[in-house]
Amino acid sequence: MNPIEHLNKLFESRIRLGVMSVLIVNEEVSFNDLKAMLDVTDGNLASHLSTLEENAYIKVHKGFVGRKTNTTYSITKAGEKAFKGHLAALEAMIKFTQ
Amino acid sequence: MNEQQHLDTLKDIKRIMERSTRFMSLSGLGGVGAGLSGLIGAWFAWRILDDYRNGSPVSYESYDGAAYDGSGNVNVLILKLLLIAAAVLLCALTTGSYFTWRKARQQGLPIWDATARKVVFNLAVPLFAGGLFILGMIYNGFYGFVSPACLVFYGLALINASKFTMPELRYVGFIETGLGILATFWLGNGLFFWALGFGVVHILYGIIMWWKYERAPQGA
Repeated sequence: MNPIEHLNKLFESRIRLGVMSVLIVNEEVSFNDLKAMLDVTDGNLASHLSTLEENAYIKVHKGFVGRKTNTTYSITKAGEKAFKGHLAALEAMIKFTQ
Repeated sequence: MNEQQHLDTLKDIKRIMERSTRFMSLSGLGGVGAGLSGLIGAWFAWRILDDYRNGSPVSYESYDGAAYDGSGNVNVLILKLLLIAAAVLLCALTTGSYFTWRKARQQGLPIWDATARKVVFNLAVPLFAGGLFILGMIYNGFYGFVSPACLVFYGLALINASKFTMPELRYVGFIETGLGILATFWLGNGLFFWALGFGVVHILYGIIMWWKYERAPQGA
C-alpha cells in the first residue's frame, strides 16, 4: 500500500515532468514553444524529450513550415496513463503523511 | 522527498499547465486604459452628435435612425464618428498592449508565445466577422444598430478568447453581449450603451483584476 512505489522514476526530473504537464493540456506543442514555456536550453530539452520518446510517453511529428523544419510533440496514451498515475501517487503521498 | 516537496511539485505542475494554456500577462491597468480611451471617445462622439443635432432641424431621437438619408452632412457625421472610433481602438490597443507587455516583462514571461497567439486568433475571428457585418450596416444606413452590434460581437469575442487567458474575461464577455442585446431593444441610446460597455465595464474589470493580481508583486 505504499504509494512511493507508484511514483514514476522518469518523472523525477523537473524538466520531464514539465514537458508532460504541458503536453497533457495541449494537443501538439512545438519544440520552441516547449523551450519558452519551460525556460530551458536546446540541448537540455532535446535530451529529455528523447528519453520520453524512447519510453513511448510522447510522439514526435516532424513537419515543415515553409522551408523550416517544425518539430512538434504530443502525448501518447501510455504517457497520459503514466503521468496521471504519477499525479495520483503524489496526491496520495500528501494524504498519506497528513 | 517529503510532503512539502510533493505539494510543491503538484503546484509546479498546475502552474505549468495553466501557463501553457492561458496567457496570464493580460494587465488590469491595460483594461483601465482602454476603458478611459472608450469614455473619452464617447465624450467626443457625444459633442459631435450634439453639435449635429443642434445644427439640424431633425428631432433628437432620430439621430441614429435612417431619417437623415436626405441631408447632406450625415456622411460627414458618420466619417467623424468612424474616425473617433478608430482613434479609440488605437489608443485602447496601445495602452492595453503596453501594460500587458510591462506585466509580462515583470513576470519574466514571453509576450508573444503560443498562448498569446491563441488569444489573438480567438479574438480576431469574431471581431473581424463583426467588423465586416457592421460595415455592411453602415453601408445600408442602419446606424442605430452599430453600437449594439459592436457590443455583441466584442462580447462574443471575449467569451471565445477567455478560454486562453484570464478566466474572468468570460464574465466581461457576458456583460458586453448582454448590454449589446439590451441596446438593440433600446435603440437611440447607442452612445450610452457604448460608453457603458467599452468605458465603464473595462475600467471596473481593470480595477478588479489589478486589485486581484497586480496590486502587490507577490513572490517577486
